[in-house]
Amino acid sequence: MTIASPSATGRYAADVAIVGGGLVGGTLACALSGLGVATTVIETGDPAASLDAGFDGRASAISLTSRRLLETAGLWAGMADEATPMRYIRVTEGASPLYLDYDHRDVGDEPFGYMVENRHYRCALYERIERDPNIAFLTRSSAAHVERNAAGVEIRLAGGAGVHAPLVVAAEGRNSGLREDAGIRVSGWSYRQVGIVCTVEHERHHGFVAHERFLPGGPFAILPLKGCRSSIVWTERADRAPAIMALDDEGFTVELARRFGDFLGAVRVVGPRWAYPLSLQFAESATAERLALVGDALHAMHPIAGQGLNMGLRDVAALSDVLSEARALGLDLGAGDVLARYQRWRRFDNTLMLALTDGLNRLFAVDATPVRLARNVGLAAVDALPPLKRFFMRHAMGLVGELPRSMRGA
Amino acid sequence: MAQNPAGSSTLAPDEVERFAALADTWWTLDGEFGQLHKLNPVRIAFIRDHVLAHFGRTADRSAGSSQGAAGGGRTGEARPFAGLSMVDLGCGGGLLTEPMARLGADVTGVDAEAKAIGVAAAHAAAQGLEIDYRCALPEALAGEGRSFDVVLAMEIIEHVADIDAFVAACAQLLAPGGAMVLSTLNRTLKALALAKIGAEYVLRWVPPGTHDWRKFVRPDELSRALRRNGLRVRAFRGITYNPLADRWALSEDLSINYLAFVTRSAIGGRNRAT
Repeated sequence: MTIASPSATGRYAADVAIVGGGLVGGTLACALSGLGVATTVIETGDPAASLDAGFDGRASAISLTSRRLLETAGLWAGMADEATPMRYIRVTEGASPLYLDYDHRDVGDEPFGYMVENRHYRCALYERIERDPNIAFLTRSSAAHVERNAAGVEIRLAGGAGVHAPLVVAAEGRNSGLREDAGIRVSGWSYRQVGIVCTVEHERHHGFVAHERFLPGGPFAILPLKGCRSSIVWTERADRAPAIMALDDEGFTVELARRFGDFLGAVRVVGPRWAYPLSLQFAESATAERLALVGDALHAMHPIAGQGLNMGLRDVAALSDVLSEARALGLDLGAGDVLARYQRWRRFDNTLMLALTDGLNRLFAVDATPVRLARNVGLAAVDALPPLKRFFMRHAMGLVGELPRSMRGA
Repeated sequence: MAQNPAGSSTLAPDEVERFAALADTWWTLDGEFGQLHKLNPVRIAFIRDHVLAHFGRTADRSAGSSQGAAGGGRTGEARPFAGLSMVDLGCGGGLLTEPMARLGADVTGVDAEAKAIGVAAAHAAAQGLEIDYRCALPEALAGEGRSFDVVLAMEIIEHVADIDAFVAACAQLLAPGGAMVLSTLNRTLKALALAKIGAEYVLRWVPPGTHDWRKFVRPDELSRALRRNGLRVRAFRGITYNPLADRWALSEDLSINYLAFVTRSAIGGRNRAT
């Protein structure tokens, strides 16, 4: 059994310590294990409790490159049956008759990506971790004190146990304590927008089409789930969102249906709804002495292009490449020159993706007529120009930029 | 701490003194040995690949290879050098010695400069690595009758007083059937311009006076010295610096920095130089 609460006096030695055992931290542990690197994961929650559908009805978009990483990490098989392919993407803007259609067959025979409910991802993750002798997954535990120095990393857990490793990875999310302790500053800004997330059932099948609608309040995404269900990511102005969230189920469904339309028949909200204030945040450095940041600890972004988790998985792929190469050379996994390679790799990639996603949202959030006109013409122009369209499609699939080894096709 | 050894043929006292002054910076990435840290991945990969091939061992995944990792991508052997004895001559602060130990070799690190040995031993202890560090000269070790499966002489031959005596000591330390890896600077005008004047005076990578160009060794001279001692060069590779990527890479250009992979035949006596 490798998933357990730490014993009070236990001392765990690992090649890499990971603080935060969510989707990104857990996937990193699996990816590293596949490369022969042993990890100890320190997670405050309890995975058993998080597998209940009520805990998290959210879903994540998995790009094609992320799927390759999940295959490499031995995780894809555990969730493939629950993954819904996105074969078509339709981008529309308000009431405009112009739209942009992406067909996956234009760039190959693979779908753009998949929708996977987070609970299915977690199931696959924890089942895989449980039978992996290379991973010690410590639940309901937190790092009370972390000492990083030239010799290594010494972590004292709240219960008294200790973890020793040459490198610690911060995967605790956007409010990373390790990042703060290291004095790494974050930059970013808040949008006066809120992301409303829920799941709907509709009468007709979605036909594996993902919709991205640019409405005056912000983008409204309909992402296909298994059966006649879709995941909704509804961006709304911050001053309007509380009133919408306060509506009863009936009233909420009416507001949602106004934006969704009736092209799939009647729509019904199932399960809970969430609202998140949207902000963009990125750490000014991806590394410090014997520390590497991954996922939301490194960059938390607007969910417009569904790239948040995918960017976290690119961090995982880049870091596991760097660490496996260092290990094959017998280098110290936490050495400054090893981490510098990760820092260089991630800086460019994250900056590009953040700028692209933020720019797209700002462009569509402006409601002035000349901008709208340019936008409409722009959408039609992109549709008429295959190379440009292919670039956007490859971007949606995660194929733009230099790819870590574990994300490249064979 | 051990005293610096004296009274021997390969020792160059002025060289030892120069390195003693820098002992504290062996593990500083932006210090005098910064370029050595950058050079490390390239020379380790060369050593690893040639040594594993020579001893018929495999590591199915080499650094920098672009193979897709689909289907598991497991590293072959985490400690591919397990069971091999190795000596790192001129080990300095242990930049190369430590990776060899992590790869599983039973390593002895040797340097003529006592402070470096002190730094190396303290660093290895903090890393939890078992390495036998000795402040000694190669000929003293050979005099004890010690021999090793692998002898490393990296960036050292251009600092010794007598190349022939040094190569003879290396040959004595090498077990029959063993392998040796050397690296040094070529005595060309290009090396004088780049490795000496460029690195010392222009880029200030290393302190002025670190290298004496007249001591640089041409590949043919190295080959001859090795052959006189019953050793054969199996491969020469150059190491070149890419200033845009700030990275070193293997190349066919031997005109500045180069590596040599050398073997000693498993049978028959050696032609020992005296």
